[in-house]
Amino acid sequence: MTQPAVELSVDGASVTVPAGATLLRACQAAGVDTPTLCWAENLTPVNACRICVVEVEGARTLVPACSRVAEPGMTVLTDSPRVRLSRKLVVELLGSSVDMSRSAEFSRLVSRYGAQPERFGPKALTVAQPVKLDNELFVRDFARCMLCYKCVEACGTDAQNTFAIALAGRGFEARIATEHDVALPDSACVFCGNCVGVCPTGALVFKTEHALRAAGEWRESEQTVTDTICPYCGVGCTLSLRVQDNTIVRVTSPSDSSVTQGHLCVKGRFGFSFVEHSGQHKP
Amino acid sequence: MDLRAIAAMPTDAEREAVDGVLGPAGEDLPTGLRAAKTHRTLLLPGLHALQARLGWVSPGGLGYLCGRLGVPPAEGYGVASFYGLLSLRERPAAFAHVCDDIACQVAGAEQLCAELTARLGPAEHLPHRADAPTSATRTAARWMRSPCLGLCEHAPAALVSVAGPEPRACAFGRASVARIEAALLGARPDTPETLLGGEGPRRLLARAGAVDPSSLTDYQAHGGQRALRCALELGPAAVLREITDAKLVGRGGAAFPTGRKWEAVARAPEQPHYVVCNADESEPGTFKDRVLMESDPFAVLEAMTIAGFATGAERGYLYIRGEYPLATGRLAHAIRLLRGEGLLGPDVLRSGFAFDIELRSGAGAYICGEETALFNSIEGFRGEPRNKPPFPVQSGLFRKPTAVNNVETLVAVLDVIRDGAAHYASVGTAASPGTKLFCVSGRVGRPGVYEVPFGTRLDALIQLAGGVAPGRRLQTVLLGGAAGTFLTPDELTVPLSFEDTRKRGASLGSGVVFVIDDTVALSPLLRRLAAFFRDESCGQCVPCRVGTVRQEELLARLATGGSFESRNAELALLDELGQAMRDASICGLGQTATLAIQSALAKFRPHSGAKP
Repeated sequence: MTQPAVELSVDGASVTVPAGATLLRACQAAGVDTPTLCWAENLTPVNACRICVVEVEGARTLVPACSRVAEPGMTVLTDSPRVRLSRKLVVELLGSSVDMSRSAEFSRLVSRYGAQPERFGPKALTVAQPVKLDNELFVRDFARCMLCYKCVEACGTDAQNTFAIALAGRGFEARIATEHDVALPDSACVFCGNCVGVCPTGALVFKTEHALRAAGEWRESEQTVTDTICPYCGVGCTLSLRVQDNTIVRVTSPSDSSVTQGHLCVKGRFGFSFVEHSGQHKP
Repeated sequence: MDLRAIAAMPTDAEREAVDGVLGPAGEDLPTGLRAAKTHRTLLLPGLHALQARLGWVSPGGLGYLCGRLGVPPAEGYGVASFYGLLSLRERPAAFAHVCDDIACQVAGAEQLCAELTARLGPAEHLPHRADAPTSATRTAARWMRSPCLGLCEHAPAALVSVAGPEPRACAFGRASVARIEAALLGARPDTPETLLGGEGPRRLLARAGAVDPSSLTDYQAHGGQRALRCALELGPAAVLREITDAKLVGRGGAAFPTGRKWEAVARAPEQPHYVVCNADESEPGTFKDRVLMESDPFAVLEAMTIAGFATGAERGYLYIRGEYPLATGRLAHAIRLLRGEGLLGPDVLRSGFAFDIELRSGAGAYICGEETALFNSIEGFRGEPRNKPPFPVQSGLFRKPTAVNNVETLVAVLDVIRDGAAHYASVGTAASPGTKLFCVSGRVGRPGVYEVPFGTRLDALIQLAGGVAPGRRLQTVLLGGAAGTFLTPDELTVPLSFEDTRKRGASLGSGVVFVIDDTVALSPLLRRLAAFFRDESCGQCVPCRVGTVRQEELLARLATGGSFESRNAELALLDELGQAMRDASICGLGQTATLAIQSALAKFRPHSGAKP
């Protein structure tokens, strides 16, 4: 049985997508570069950042491409003045309140939309705060947190089903927190690191990486990435080992891996120090 | 799902409070994922029980509640920390929320707060503000500032709760240090009756003030339950037709046609259907729904029953804001009486139609008046609005087809059904038939709830309410609410109908008519509005979460002369910000958060020193 198709117009071009597909997918099918920040292919869309908004003819407001389902006959504009203005403001509002400097995608959006986050003034309120160092495996640098919800989704039903973190508070004071803001080792956290794996802004960073960056020794240009299979259990997860100076500095998994969908467990993610052990266990 | 529990143990009182909502711990609820799915809706009632018993939600209490419901503790904390009336810090059992919102501001709330600080000590910080110390686990503060408490006709207002085995809460107007102190010691300060005025036929207010709100017999003696009997005789299809023919539209602010909404739910193939009464009235300056529920509670419940009958729902939820203890008590009492008389339950009026109503209290969050945020709140999640579509008529409460209506809209249904659409349209305008309630407050002679036919001129309504004091000049009127429009004295000839206000770029909103005379400085008023949106933004989407902060900062710069560029540059920046927030925010809060402020800045120069 063939899936019913939906035909719509994106920036004047006619595109056809399967029923149930989002406008983001339609934009991709039309070859239109649509920015996303809180969206990821391995997570449920939350449409919170609003950078992907597009104009749908007849709609009162703009709509989020990442989660709006394509309907037959829709006329979608992705680069209208309204779309450009909203995307510019989203970039400026984020840039003026959150340290987005570790996001290459964000820097690209600043130039693409001519955003000037500094125009809200030198006293604009930010989420600047000290780094949370409460465990041996990763740090939480919430001055860089844009509240994309990805870590919460990865900790919850989209991957880990641990539910150690959630949104707490409200408004500008909304934050990612454990129950009563207790330290991670006192929470339900199992240190799978899947939250770190999905974080787009560097708010969640592996401790190895954090230490190197703090020492000014993080040199991305000298790093290599090697895919391999996790040596622990029989599941056979794909690991991507990022190596600098012959030392593993970060372990991830490709989000399009059919085995992991990008998610790992504590052993695969953090249990690699034996590789560097200089003793007799070396193969 | 293998949930890790909070290590802190509950006290006996906390167990008792939670078990009072969930039933004894022995006959336990199913645990794990199934429990979380079916019982999570009891999370907010459980949090209320802890707050009412102890005066705060402790780690042990929250842990016990989450454990019994199968809710992850982090998520339980996320929900509890969303609400302004719940405290996650230990504080005195007797606690006051003192309104400093727009209507109370012009009635001297700042002076009252200063006196309270001198007498009771400094206020507790708002829990979600940046200046709140996050590390402290207890506070000695006995009061905090509050957004609008919906007692604007008796401003300034306060809400006092005293936690304990027999918790008490009372909201009262004409607040003073002495009255607040008395309430903290357990007294119930009286509030005078709300002035009910108007012109033309009294429909929505027909029984208000005339009927005993605690007596079903008295309600029936005043024509109560006649509309329900009519509806049962007419049948669902005819009821839907009458509502559509009457051109009844929603009175919560969005003015959506009620008939279309109900028909869509009635036709929805998915079952079950739900009816929700949105009584989360929290728009600054709005108190009409409170007055309706306090003075005529049976009418609201009768109308919900008709809505259930017409839309094929067997269950209704009435979600009332937590700041309305008197209305909540009267509705709870009325529901008990109706069940006892067979007017709610498995066989309403022996017609074979089953319908019952559950009363749910909000806990201090304006955003929960947004319909999808309201559903999330009832379901036990954070009150974050959902993206639409899907609309509530397809996927609402518990993701089922849901008809959600404002209190005033529902009460209007009674007249439509009892007297017919044609009679209903005998007053009002062609496009806006019937009557409308307005909440007149501010610097006006007789603040109160006024019922007038649609099309009545705004200046005539203000005259009905006594106008501004002799010798004073009317400066401006805020029409519609915090998301409404400031009107100049020249614009007061506008007929109060949906179509006429729309033509002038204004809206009726929730029926707020906030009158401001020449003694009032606009600048602090605008800054209070900006602070309101900033405090009440749920924080989910970037345009609203950060945009409301930027708007507040911009107004502060204008007010203090600390503008880094010209006033015009600031206004241009606000224009761009407002456009993006209107276009890209998830829900109506962010979409409308700059409207009133922009209208004031366009028409007045509140910060230029001289009064306009």
